[in-house]
Amino acid sequence: MLKKDLGLLVLIVVVGAIVAIINPRFLSTINIANTANLVGLFGIFAIGQGFVIITGGIELSVGSMIAILGVIFIDMIANKGMPWPLAAVLVIAIALVMGLVHGLLITKLKLQPFVVTLCGLLIYRGVARFYTADATAGFPFGVNFPDLEWLTTGRTDIVSNLTGGAVHTLLIPHSFFVMVVIAIIMWIVLHRSVFGRYLFAVGKNEEAARYSGIRTTQVIIAAYIICAGLTALSAIYFAMYTRSILPSGHGNFYELYAIAAAVLGGFSLRGGEGSIVGVVLGTILLQVLQNLVNLLGIPTSLNFAVMGSVILIGVVADQQFGAYRERRRIAEAARHATQPETSPAE
Amino acid sequence: MAALDAVPSPGAETGEAFLRLSGVRKSYPGVVALADFEIEVRPGEVIGLVGENGAGKSTLMKILGGVVTPDRGTIQIDGVPYDGLTVAGSMRAGIAFVHQELNLFDNLDVAANVYIGREPRRGGVLRLVDTPKLNATVQPYLDRLGASFSPTTSVARLSLAQQQMVEIAKALSFNSRLLILDEPTSSLPIAETEKLLEVIASLKAHGIAVIFVSHRLHEVVAACDRVVVLRDGRLVGTLEGDAISHDAMVRLMVGRDLKVAYSPPAIPQGKVVLSAQGVRTPTYPNREVSLDLHAGEILGLAGLVGAGRTELARVLFGIDRPHGGSLTLNGQRLRLATSADAVKAGIFLVPEDRKGAGLLLDFPITENVTLPNLSAYAKNNVVSRDAERKRAETSRRELDIRAVDVSVRTGSLSGGNQQKVVLAKWLAMQPKVMIFDEPTRGIDIGAKFEIYRLMRQLADHGVAVLMISSDMEEVIGVSDRVAVMHEGRISGILNRDRFSEENILKLAVGKQL
Repeated sequence: MLKKDLGLLVLIVVVGAIVAIINPRFLSTINIANTANLVGLFGIFAIGQGFVIITGGIELSVGSMIAILGVIFIDMIANKGMPWPLAAVLVIAIALVMGLVHGLLITKLKLQPFVVTLCGLLIYRGVARFYTADATAGFPFGVNFPDLEWLTTGRTDIVSNLTGGAVHTLLIPHSFFVMVVIAIIMWIVLHRSVFGRYLFAVGKNEEAARYSGIRTTQVIIAAYIICAGLTALSAIYFAMYTRSILPSGHGNFYELYAIAAAVLGGFSLRGGEGSIVGVVLGTILLQVLQNLVNLLGIPTSLNFAVMGSVILIGVVADQQFGAYRERRRIAEAARHATQPETSPAE
Repeated sequence: MAALDAVPSPGAETGEAFLRLSGVRKSYPGVVALADFEIEVRPGEVIGLVGENGAGKSTLMKILGGVVTPDRGTIQIDGVPYDGLTVAGSMRAGIAFVHQELNLFDNLDVAANVYIGREPRRGGVLRLVDTPKLNATVQPYLDRLGASFSPTTSVARLSLAQQQMVEIAKALSFNSRLLILDEPTSSLPIAETEKLLEVIASLKAHGIAVIFVSHRLHEVVAACDRVVVLRDGRLVGTLEGDAISHDAMVRLMVGRDLKVAYSPPAIPQGKVVLSAQGVRTPTYPNREVSLDLHAGEILGLAGLVGAGRTELARVLFGIDRPHGGSLTLNGQRLRLATSADAVKAGIFLVPEDRKGAGLLLDFPITENVTLPNLSAYAKNNVVSRDAERKRAETSRRELDIRAVDVSVRTGSLSGGNQQKVVLAKWLAMQPKVMIFDEPTRGIDIGAKFEIYRLMRQLADHGVAVLMISSDMEEVIGVSDRVAVMHEGRISGILNRDRFSEENILKLAVGKQL
C-alpha cells in the first residue's frame, strides 16, 4: 500500500467517525450494506476507468454505456426471452467492441481520447433513448430471474452461514463481493503483470516505451477494452439494481464519479500513476460522502457541491504535501552535500 | 518602442569596432571550452564562425549572450570594458540571437510574434492590443528584410526561411547592432537558403553586424567577409576576403590531437548481418540509403547534424516505416512494423535522446533494465521482482553503474550512469545488431571510455555495431569503418587506411574525395 492510499484510508476513517458520532445510524448494518452495494457498483467501472487514466487517456462515455447496455440487457431478457447468461455475454461483447473502436480511433487515427469518448457519450446516450423510444425499460410484472438476482442484488451473511446461523452479522451484498474479486484480479494485472508494467511505462513516457520495443498501441487499445468490459459488467449490475431504466437519465455523470474516484485515489490525469487500492478507496470515500449528505440532513441538492469540495480539498492537500516533501528532500540533500562520485550530468 | 529606421550605429562611417573580446577564457571541470579568444566586430561586418562540434562555438555564443561569465578576459562595448556580460547587458549592447530551433508561436500572426510580451496598448484600463500600431511598427522591419509576407500573416503559413525572417525581425526590433545566427541554414532547403543569404546581405547594407555560425561551408564562403575558425576551444585562424575557401577552412578545423586510441577487433570481420538497400527515410523521402553492416565490426556513421543519420536509425529500429527499399537480416528479408519487431529480431537501439526516449526517468533502474524483455522475468505473466532485481544487480556489476541501489529513480543518476542503464537494457538480451546514436554525448570522460570498451566487446562477440557520432575523435578512434552521410544519402565509406578528419569532413559537407 502506498503512502497516498494510507492517507486516503485515514481520511475515510476520520470522515466516517465524524458522521458516526453525529448520526449513529451510519454504522447500522443496513446502512453499511447499502453503502457497500453502491461501492461495489461504482467500484467495478471505476477500476476500468483507472486503466484508461494510467495510459494518460480518459473515458467519458462510461455513463452512456451503462445506459445503453442496461437497456439492451433488460430488453433481451425481459422482452426478447433471451436466456440471461447469453444476454450478459452479448452485452459484454458489444462493450468490448466499443472499447476496441475507441482504442483504434485513439491510437491509429491519433484522435484525442477526450474527443473520441465525448462523442461516445453523446452517441450511446442518443441510441439508448431511441432504442426504447425514450420510454422506461423495465421488467413486466411478475417476471423474475432468481439466479441472476442472487448473483447481482443478493446478499449473504457469511459469518451466519459458516456458523450455521448461530451468529448473525451483516448481509454483504454480492455486488461488493464481485467488486472485491475484480479488484484483486486487476491489482495483480496492474501491479504485478507484464501488461501492467507496460501500462505504467506507456502512460509515463510513450516514446521511451516504444524505444524499449513495447507495442504501445496494443497496450492502449487493451486499456480501453478492459474499461469497456468492466463497464458492461457494472451496467448489468445497475440494471438489476434499479430494475427499470430511464434511458435519458440512467448513469448520467457516472464517468465523472469514476474519474473523481481515480483522482482521489492518486491517479495522475497525465498518466503513469495510480493504484487499484487508490481507486477503490476513492470510490468508498465518494459513497461515504453521498451517505453523509443523507444522514446529516444536508439538502440533497448540495450533494455534488459536497463531493466537489472534498475532492478539491483532497487534491490541494495532496499537492501541498508533495511540494512540502520535495522541499524537505532538497533541504536534506543540501545538508548531506558531498563530493559526487562521478562528475555530475551536464 | 524601438526606433524603426535603420539608424547607422555610432562608428559605422569610420568602421570602428563596437565590440571587442580579448583574452577570453572559459573552462568547465575537466575541459577548457574556450581559451585566449579574441575578436573585434565592426558595424556591417559578416563574420563566419566555424569549427567542429565541441570546438567552443556554443560557449562563445553563451558568453556573448551573457548566459555564462568568462573566467578571464575582457569584453569591451563601445570602448567600455566589462568583466562579463549579463543577459540584460548583452541585450542593451544590441546583441541579438536567432537560434537553430525557432521559438515562434505558430498560432499567432507575424506582428504578434515580433512584439510578443511588448504589445502596444490602447483603450485605457481595458489594455487592448493596439493592432494597427503593432502592424505599422512591424512592417518596416519586414521591408528591410525584403519579406514578401505581411505582419498579419499567420506564422503557421510561412516557410521555414520566412519563419526565420520573423525571428530576425524580432531580433532587430530590439535595436540590434549584432545579430548572431546559429546554424540558420541547417534546416533549410537549398532554395530557401539563398533567400537567407540575401537577408544577411541586406542586414549588412544597413550597418548591422552578423556572426554566422554554420557547418555548411559553401554558405560561409558566400556570405562572410571574415571567418574565425575554432578548434578545441582555441582560435586557430582567421580568414579574410579571398582567402576564405572551403579547403582553407577544413585545413584549419582539423588536425587536433586524437585522444581516443583505436583498439582493433579481436576477430576478423564477419559476414553481412544487417543490410539496407535503397531505404528512404520520411525526412528525406527522395534520397536512397544503402548500407551493409558486418558481424564483429564497429561501423561509424558520421555526418553533420541533420544529415539523416538518426532518421536512418529510426527506420532500422522500426520506429519509422521506410519509404521503399528493403532490409535484410542475415540474408532474410526483414519487415519491421513496430520497434517490437526489431527487438524480436535482435536489433537494438540506444537512442540519441537518452532522457526522452532511452529511459523512463521516473522508473527505478531495475524496471528500466528489464522493460524490453519483461516476459523473461515473469511466470504466467506475473513479473518476479526477485528475478528482476537479480538481473539489475548483475547489470550494475557488469557495467559498473554507480548507484546506491538498483531501486533508485533512474533520473537521479549522472548522465554516464544513465547511459549505462540504457545499455544494460539491451545487454541483458542477445543483440545481433546494436545501434548507438550519439552514445557519449553529455557524459563524463570516464564513462565515455567504458562505453567504447563495451562497444568493442560487443563487436568481438560477433555483434554488428553501428555508431552514429558527431564527435570526430570518437568516429576516428573507435570505428573500424566509417560511413559518412550528407543530406540524406551516404556520401562515402572509408576504411581505416583512409580515415582522416579532412576526408570525413569533406564527405560530410558533400564534397567528393
